Amino acid sequence: MLIIGEKLSIIAKRVREAMMKKDKGPIQEIAIRQWKEGSGMIDANIGPAEDGGEDLMRWMVTTIQEVVPLPVCLDTTNSRAIEAGLKAHNNQWGRALINSTSNDPERFPILELGAKYNAQVIGLTVGKGGLPADAEERCVIAAEIMGRAMEYGVPLEDLFLDPLVLQIATSQDHARHVIKAIGMFQEMNDPPMKTVVGLSNISNGCPKTLRPVLNKYFYLLLTDAGLSAAIADSHEMAEAVNEKALVADVLAGKQLSDTKKMLEISKTLDVIMGRTLYAHSYLEM
Amino acid sequence: MAFAAPKETYPGKVFQIAIGADQSAVFGGENVLSFHSFEGNAPNRPVIAYEIQDIPPEDWPETVRKVYEGVSGDPVTWAKHCQNELKAKAIALRLIGTHPDRENRSPEEAAKIVKDVLSSINIPLIILGSNHVEKDAAVLVAVAEAAKDKNCVIGKAQEANYKTIAAAAMANHHKLIAMSELDINLSKQLNILITQMGFDKEKLITDPMCSALGYGLEYTYSVMERIRLAALTQNDATMQPPMLGDVGMYVWKVKETQAPEADLPYWGSLEERGIAWETVTAGALMVAGAELLIMRHPRAVKAVENFIDELM
Repeated sequence: MLIIGEKLSIIAKRVREAMMKKDKGPIQEIAIRQWKEGSGMIDANIGPAEDGGEDLMRWMVTTIQEVVPLPVCLDTTNSRAIEAGLKAHNNQWGRALINSTSNDPERFPILELGAKYNAQVIGLTVGKGGLPADAEERCVIAAEIMGRAMEYGVPLEDLFLDPLVLQIATSQDHARHVIKAIGMFQEMNDPPMKTVVGLSNISNGCPKTLRPVLNKYFYLLLTDAGLSAAIADSHEMAEAVNEKALVADVLAGKQLSDTKKMLEISKTLDVIMGRTLYAHSYLEM
Repeated sequence: MAFAAPKETYPGKVFQIAIGADQSAVFGGENVLSFHSFEGNAPNRPVIAYEIQDIPPEDWPETVRKVYEGVSGDPVTWAKHCQNELKAKAIALRLIGTHPDRENRSPEEAAKIVKDVLSSINIPLIILGSNHVEKDAAVLVAVAEAAKDKNCVIGKAQEANYKTIAAAAMANHHKLIAMSELDINLSKQLNILITQMGFDKEKLITDPMCSALGYGLEYTYSVMERIRLAALTQNDATMQPPMLGDVGMYVWKVKETQAPEADLPYWGSLEERGIAWETVTAGALMVAGAELLIMRHPRAVKAVENFIDELM
């Protein structure tokens, strides 16, 4: 399992300020911390970055790779910024991953960059026509993206299919559609297609204390389904791995000596699998 | 082999609620989807309450306003008319005059009207605020107290004001409407928050927010249907209170119930159109799961009652 550390995102105030001031300190500190927590790649999310995107991505890639021996996930909709990041990327630590292409024709040039710079590419299974309704629709879009990748010269081994994780607080059914899609994606090629999720979006909009709980158990269910990579909080994912045996016990119907933990796990699995309706206070019921 | 119709049975059941000092209006209590009495137990008819308000209905369209001409100038007369002439099973008194942008009546004035109405009728009363979250918090507390022990329905408690309103409903022994805005997860959350205060979940009525035919009815329908399925299939006690369709208020402000025949002759009679609009909206929500309906036009009420007769 590849954990792509999610913390260097323009959405975080501290990171955004460091990006604006080109202050390496906070960026490198966060990159090092994620590396030590087990991230095998660092996501550099600079947002749409319409102005100065090229400079910013170049600076992010070199700033990160100065201190951690890891590849970078180039996360922006600005393809010129992606190309600047690819040029600056040090492949000694592994190949870069582009986040992302999709089935929207505007996103096809991303595949050209992937082929040109021998980078890996995330294929987000959305098209121009809105969000996919279920796992099957995600597969239909995935097949289109796979065909497009081959046409542009990106080997399928370098394509990571992303089923698009939605917020459980507003789109509860999609949690299990995503888990199912991860299983189905792998069957679409031999060797199996690689898969990736933007994990933490599952708990976006949920109370702060609930977020790690949902993230961890959703991650473990996705792991069971064969997920290859997750853009996630590496600290939370390390905790999740420690609880793997507990979750397996709950799934097997065993009683845990820690009743509180057992209820936390079983209630969360019920919510993720759609057996109980989500509400912010579901753990208290 | 003879054909046996497939039947669904469910682990869950909707709570039954009785309202009024004499508990004369009873709804909910079923363990099946609406009108699926062939699959289980559906002991009660949906209850339709006639909507009246504390000030003359000058904002209602002429079609429905004229029905109450001569009685709607005063809430007591209006309530008695609904009870005695229209044979209403319940009345919903909307205190729209308390809204700060309307007459901005005080909680004390509202409490007096509630007392006057209660002493002039013997059918159950639903007491609604003006849907202004801050003002409702004050008004509904005062009216809940004024109606103490009369087993009314108080509403609506929302996320921003449920604490004071639920406490007042609890202290004065009323039922309570919990309203959220077309979001099933927030609806569940509000029911949880209210019951966490100690309010009995079996005294709650869920209002997932109404919408009129052509103006988002399908959203309300879908949320209601999913609430009911959670109640029945998942046995989710937080989703087992009966549901409210506050139909009249939403129906009688849309274009189809107001546009004159002179402008849109091909839409047909304005009066028939309005009545049909309220009937169809109420009927659809009842099929989705609403057990308590608030309506305005007597002919629409009659049509929905006939609809219930056919389906029960």
